[in-house]
Order: sequence, then C-alpha cells, then structure tokens
Amino acid sequence: MKYFPLVWANLTRHKRRTVLTTLSVALALFLFASLRSVVTTLRAGAEVGSESRMIVQSAKAIVFFLPMNYRERLLAVPGVKAVTWADWFGGVYQDPKNFFASFAADAESYLDMYRTDFTLPADQRAAFIQERTACIVGQHLLEKYGWHLGQNVTLQGTIFQGDWTLTIRGVYHATTPAFSEDALMFHYEMVYERYPRWVQPGWYVLELTNPSLAPQVAAAIDSEFKNSSDPTKTGTERAFNAGFVTMWGNVSFLMNTIGMAVVFAILLVAANSMMLSARERTNEVGVLKTVGFGDRLLFGLVMAEAGTIALMGAVLGLGGAKLLYPAIHFSAMGFLPGFAVTAGTLALGFAIAVALALASGLVPAWNAARLSAVQALRHVE
Amino acid sequence: MSLVTIHGLSKIFQRDSQPITVFDGLDLEFAQGSFTALMGPSGSGKSTLLNLVAGLDRPTSGTVSVGDAEVSAMSPGALAVWRARHVGFVFQSYNLLPVLTAFQNVELPLLLTRLSKAERRDHVVTALGVVGLTDRAEHFPRQLSGGQEQRAAIARAIVSDPTIILLDEPTGQLDAKSAAEILELLQRLNREHHKTIIMVTHDPHAAQAAGTVLHLDKGVLTA
Repeated sequence: MKYFPLVWANLTRHKRRTVLTTLSVALALFLFASLRSVVTTLRAGAEVGSESRMIVQSAKAIVFFLPMNYRERLLAVPGVKAVTWADWFGGVYQDPKNFFASFAADAESYLDMYRTDFTLPADQRAAFIQERTACIVGQHLLEKYGWHLGQNVTLQGTIFQGDWTLTIRGVYHATTPAFSEDALMFHYEMVYERYPRWVQPGWYVLELTNPSLAPQVAAAIDSEFKNSSDPTKTGTERAFNAGFVTMWGNVSFLMNTIGMAVVFAILLVAANSMMLSARERTNEVGVLKTVGFGDRLLFGLVMAEAGTIALMGAVLGLGGAKLLYPAIHFSAMGFLPGFAVTAGTLALGFAIAVALALASGLVPAWNAARLSAVQALRHVE
Repeated sequence: MSLVTIHGLSKIFQRDSQPITVFDGLDLEFAQGSFTALMGPSGSGKSTLLNLVAGLDRPTSGTVSVGDAEVSAMSPGALAVWRARHVGFVFQSYNLLPVLTAFQNVELPLLLTRLSKAERRDHVVTALGVVGLTDRAEHFPRQLSGGQEQRAAIARAIVSDPTIILLDEPTGQLDAKSAAEILELLQRLNREHHKTIIMVTHDPHAAQAAGTVLHLDKGVLTA
C-alpha cells in the first residue's frame, strides 16, 4: 500500500488519458456483459420452460396456422389433460417503436394453462373473461406506458391490419423470471371475428397428465396429422423455447464473437496507452533504479497501474451493466424476460479485465524492468 | 581510511561495433569522509566513473569496492538493495518526479525500507530541514526554483543516511547564487555530517568547494 501514492500519481499524470482509457475498458466490459447476457437469458429461457407442457405448431413453419378442429383431436390423445391456443398478434402502440409482445389467446383455458407462471387477482380474471374487448397486461408494461386499470388502449395491427381498441381489465405479475411482464394478451375471438376466413390458432399448448408421457404424446400427435394438409411438430415447451433460441441463428456465436472483438479492440487501445505512458517516463525509471528500486518492484508498479485501470474499468462497466438493466426493467420489449447479468458473466468479465491488465501492462512493465539505469537515464539526454 | 577502492578498472563501450576504451587499468581510492571533485573535459570518463561507483554500470574488468562491498561483483537485485542503503545520487538536471511533491520525492528511498509511515515522515522532515526546504515540502517540482529543486534532490540523496553521496554536475544548471548555496550545503554535509562526497564538475569554482580535486583526461588521472 505504501507504493499506491506513486502508482496513483502516475495514473493522474495525464488525467484525460487515464479517464479515456478507463472509460474505453468500462465500455468494452459493459458491452461484453450485455451481449453475453443476451445469450445467457435466451439459454435460461430455454431451460425454464415447463416439461409438463407441450407445444404443437405447424410442421411447415410457426407462421402457418393450425386448424381449429385440432383442439378436440388433441384433447383425445392419451396423456393430454388440457389444451389451449394462441396467435402472435404483433401490434404496436401509437408509434412503431412502441412494440411489445402481444397475443390473442383463448382466455379462460390460457389463464388456466399458465396459472403457475403468473398471478392475476380473481376479480380481474373474471372481468377479463367476461368482456370480449378486454385485455390483461404485465405489471411492467403497465408502468412503462403509464396505463391503468379500465383504460382503453388502441393497438395498430401489423399482421392483423387495423386499429384494435382494448380495455385493460387485469394486471398480472410473473412468478417466474422467464415469464415476461412486458406482454399484453387479449381474446382470440376478437381477431377471429374480424378475420373469420383467415385466422386460426397459431399454436396449441397442451398440459400433460404426466411429464414422462411427453415422447409418446408427441409421437402420437405428429403421427395423427402426418398425412394431413397441416402436419404438426410437437415438443415440450422447453424444447420449443430452445427452438426459438436457434431461430435467432447462432446467436451465441455471434454475440460472443462481437463481444470478444470489442474486448480485443479495447485491449489494443489500453495497451497502446500504457506503452505510451511508460515510454514517456523512461528517464524516471532510471531515476527510480538509481534510488534503489529493483527490477521486480518496477515491474510490479507498472503492472499495478495497468491493473488499476482495468479494475476501475471493470467496476464501472460490469457494475454499470449489473445495476442498469434491473433499474430500467430491460427485457428487449418482452423478448428477453428475466434479462440479467449473471454472476458467471461478472466473473468472466473480471477475468477478462485481469487478462486485459496483464496483456496491456506486460510489455511496458518488462521494458521498465529490463532497462538498465544508465540506459534509462541516457534516454533523457 | 579508504572508503572507495578502484583497482585495475577497465571500461570499454561498444558503439556501432567500434570499441571505445574509457578506462584501462585505473587505480584510485577515495577516503572515508572526503569531499572530492572530479574534473576533466567531456568524454574523460567522469560520469562513467560515478556510475561505476554507484553500481549503475559494470566495469569490463577490474573491481570497484565501497566499504566492504564489492560493487562490481553484485547481482542486479543485490545492487538495487545496496544502492538504496548506501548511495545518494544527485543529477545535474535534478530528476525529481514531477507528479510527486518535494516531500514525496524525498520519501522515495525510504519506501524501500521497513520504516513506518511516521518514521519516514520524521526522516523526510529532517532531510528537508537540512537543505532548508521545510516550507516547500508540499510543493511540486514545477513550483520550485532550480536551486530549490536541486536542494530537494540532495534531500532525497541524504534522507536514508547513505554511506556515500555522488553528484553529477550538481550546479551545472544553476545560477551563481544558487550554485553557491548548494556548494555550501555540500560542504556542511561533509564537515558536520561527515558524509563522503564525490562530485563531478566542469566548474573550477565548484571544485574549489571540495577538499580534493582530481583531474581525469581520457580515463587517466592527470593530477
């Protein structure tokens, strides 16, 4: 600790340079934490889906509808306890940038199906079910737009064209991190009534009597509809969520690659800054060696400077990411519910900061240590 | 009694693969408690000799001993430790660290000791008092005059009570008045504190402050 004033004095010699270098490290680690958190949140979402629920979708693609009469046939499959269905609505509120997840679903069966994933007061549930133009919204979405119970909100349909005015009759609270509070749900009948010849369920959700029956149920359903005009693809909800992740492409590879590229670019900036700073002080290295500072000590002092910059950058960047996203309830418009910077990401970020300190400080520290006092002093002359 | 003993000293530099002989078998002694001025033209080997005595450079052959220590045979690590304890070095261009105050600059050699913070403070205050800079302790080098900077540098050289003080043109960048003050200070350190001092200088007036004046020319003692 007695050497810290010396380290700090050298760091504050060019305050602007130190601040900019620290901020560049902080920004790099902030971006790294953010990009990696997209990956971990998607993975977490894929892992927390229920194993006792199954999703039946069109085998052609998820954008194709499935016939309404499949409901009865699905219910008849052994092992299936309950069935509900929904459509992706994809509306916007007032402005195209106000986009969030919105579903048209069979209200009562849908609420029953997801009864363990969120809470909705009984009176609000009843009011929603009774009123054809009612909707329920997540608590965070309500807060985001300053809505209140009983308010009419008009969505502009992007798939189902036109204005859709809905009355907020319920506000739900998610009980699992993977269930988004940035979503709106309203009655399937509303969409069906406006587009009766076109609209059918986008996907079915099944509740099983026993999760262990999932393979047999999936095989039975897909076999049942194999030779129809609308073949199905059935899997557990967890597999369905994982499938969504793969729909993003190799998002993990992409995010990690971008993250590493950013970190590497910043490493070059930090290393350049450290080397420039050390080169400017070559004569002072000579003075310190003349005073009696040994090679190892000088090596350590230069490394400590690099370490301090990396540590301050890590605290700012990683701490900022950890605190910022919960504070603004970030969920990427509901597509990344439970978005959070995990402890694993923080640990990896700090490991990168340590590597950054080593990589940026090693060359100037080595140069300071290996240079003889006479060579260093002659550098001044 | 001899403090510094130089025996059979040779120093050959390689410049563009051309060998340049600075010393070739030099024998020399500096007595304990002496104040010696080394004079000579540029390139005569004055500063090289100072660097060899301080252990900043190594002889090509021969030995340099200070007290019981054979400086020319020490490892780099041992030399650093020895220098911190036994050598106070003063440069022509002061070489104070610009980001540290006078106090912090003087404290630098003490950071290498096991002294407590309070003990270090006492030593620094004493050293600054000896050179008459107590009231400038918290000033940065840029806030000091040339003479004051050199006095701070001398305080840094004496703060750890070294065996020997080596000065390389200490008055070279000072006006006459400041130079006289520095020389008077060095005489006082030699006379009152019994410090062994070797001072390289071009200035005959500065050399007069020393008890002994040696002349070097092309690595050979001429007087």
